[in-house]
Amino acid sequence: MSGALQDWKSQKRPFAAIATAPVFWLALFFVAPMAIVWLYSFGQNVGPASIEISGTLDNYKRATEWLYLSIFLKSLAVAALTTLICLIIGFPVAMAITFAAPKWRPWLLLGIMLPFWTNLLIRTYALMALMGTNGYMNKGLGGLWEGASWLRTLVGMQPLEAWTPVQLLYNNFAVVLGLVYVHLPFMVLPLYSALDRLDKSLIEASLDLGAGHFKTFMKVVVPLAAPGIVAGVMITLIPALGAYLTPDLMGGTDSQMIANVIERQFKRANDWPFGAALSFLLIYAMFILIALQSMRANKVKEVR
Amino acid sequence: MTETKTPIIQIRNVSKRFGKVTAVDNITLDILAGEFFVLLGPSGCGKTTLLRMIAGFEMPTEGQIIIDGQDMSMVPPNKRPVNMVFQSYAVFPHMNVTDNVGYGLRIAGVAKGEIRDRVTEALELVKLGGFEDRMPDQMSGGQRQRVALARSLVMRPKVLLLDEPLSALDAKLRAQMQFELSDLQDKVGITFVTVTHDQDEALSMASRVAVINKGEVAQLAPPSDLYEYPANRFVADFVGSVNIFEGRLTLDEPDKAAVDCPGLGKVYLNHGVTGPHGADVWVALRPEKIYLHVPGEGKAVTAASQDAPDGHNFARGTIKGMSYLGDITLFEIQLEGGQIIRVSRPNLSRHDQEDFTWDDKVSMHWRADSPVVLLS
Repeated sequence: MSGALQDWKSQKRPFAAIATAPVFWLALFFVAPMAIVWLYSFGQNVGPASIEISGTLDNYKRATEWLYLSIFLKSLAVAALTTLICLIIGFPVAMAITFAAPKWRPWLLLGIMLPFWTNLLIRTYALMALMGTNGYMNKGLGGLWEGASWLRTLVGMQPLEAWTPVQLLYNNFAVVLGLVYVHLPFMVLPLYSALDRLDKSLIEASLDLGAGHFKTFMKVVVPLAAPGIVAGVMITLIPALGAYLTPDLMGGTDSQMIANVIERQFKRANDWPFGAALSFLLIYAMFILIALQSMRANKVKEVR
Repeated sequence: MTETKTPIIQIRNVSKRFGKVTAVDNITLDILAGEFFVLLGPSGCGKTTLLRMIAGFEMPTEGQIIIDGQDMSMVPPNKRPVNMVFQSYAVFPHMNVTDNVGYGLRIAGVAKGEIRDRVTEALELVKLGGFEDRMPDQMSGGQRQRVALARSLVMRPKVLLLDEPLSALDAKLRAQMQFELSDLQDKVGITFVTVTHDQDEALSMASRVAVINKGEVAQLAPPSDLYEYPANRFVADFVGSVNIFEGRLTLDEPDKAAVDCPGLGKVYLNHGVTGPHGADVWVALRPEKIYLHVPGEGKAVTAASQDAPDGHNFARGTIKGMSYLGDITLFEIQLEGGQIIRVSRPNLSRHDQEDFTWDDKVSMHWRADSPVVLLS
């Protein structure tokens, strides 16, 4: 970047020309609605469709009751588990893409990004079709079961009982699986960009100095990919924490997450002030996460 | 330096193919214990591939590499008694100098006290005492290279491999490092195998040089032999600057030979070349081995018409190009036959560069043992 954009402080007019539209857009459609919701969180219902902003903290008090706090903590646990699984699956995937022949790399990356071309709702329904009691996963498992049963008859043993489909959907397992499925690309892409920047001769140097592949991975690859890991964790954890659609469609009665509770306040319960308080509690939590991460990043810079 | 004549590395009929490309083509050579061995060649000639096969990062398609009497075919890089200094240095950016240099020893499970002593010793060796706590991004390229050197030397390898060790340094530092590397090799007595495309580096540091061309060894010789007795046109041309003339061998006796070159005239030599009589050969003549003077002013002229001392070859031409380089001046001279010959002349006095100018008619002569007759 050079010229007018770089020294915008001395060249205010071109900067203003470029910046006005997006600033206006964000103010109107992001900051203003958020401010309204924030104000609601200090209000109370005075009629079926009217809210009085009285400055009360009752909504926050109620939001921190154990009933809601436990759902909140559970959401955090589900999001954390999702992030961890994404990291464990995503790291080898990112490494495989990094070490793939250059002509394959764009195609592999395209494969990672392809799900974004389809609407989340459609992807979720597709996954549900796969996991239903009559879905392909159950059919596949049933096929294996029957195969095993047939093999037993070959060696003269009793055949197995008939296959009873496994309940894969509408439980916590389904929610985590669905969240992993949706968020994996968010983990792989920052990991890939960190690993791609890693000088491959560092890995060779480690091998050359006597380290095996595992030690090289732990002592060289992981520390140097740390910025990518942190970025991947953040952009997986935060949306997973606020996930709504996946637990709503794939979860059971006991697997609702905080976003589902919030949605209920705005719709069925018609308690907007309480929903607003819950929403902002989630936002505060994310702020704290991001603040911790940037403090850590600053500390790393200072050490350098 | 105690030089024994046992080969520390034996490369036996090694080939490496990447798909259809043959990077290394059936190379066989021995690297002796304690020598400073240089693999010299243009980029893409296969020298780095050969080095990487010794380190274990590439596996030979065919052939065998034996290090210290042990076949390396099934030995991974982390188990080989060699260490490498990478072209990019590959200093771990997330570790300070001490941790970088001690990395291999920590992996090997050496006791902490010994690691500290050996790291200190290695840093002294590469003149990096006092840099223990520096991070790599606070160091210059030359200093990072010293870290990489210390990191390898601290492992006390049988062989130290260096991939283009000086290519990223500026000219002054490069000259200094050439001396330091030779000195270091003398001190530690470890066999060094270096890859370079820079002939100056090869000539100044090596005890022996293998010139690699298109995956094959074009010549394996000590530096001075490489320069004065090149085996073929590729080596003559790649190592140093040279004039090459095509010709026909017309006389070949034990104490004299003659080559008839259409571009240069008849070239006489005071030794035999044992080539097939009447064969097409090439005469290689180094620019600095040609004397240049004004016609009629040849020194110790016995045959005035030839302007040359007894037993010297001679030629005449016109100066078509000059470049003054300070210590020497390079001339491009058009011979009477039309071909261009390059001559370099040391500026022994401050006014030497004023002796000649463009379009001057000049005489040249050279000793009968200066030209090299090449058969291929």
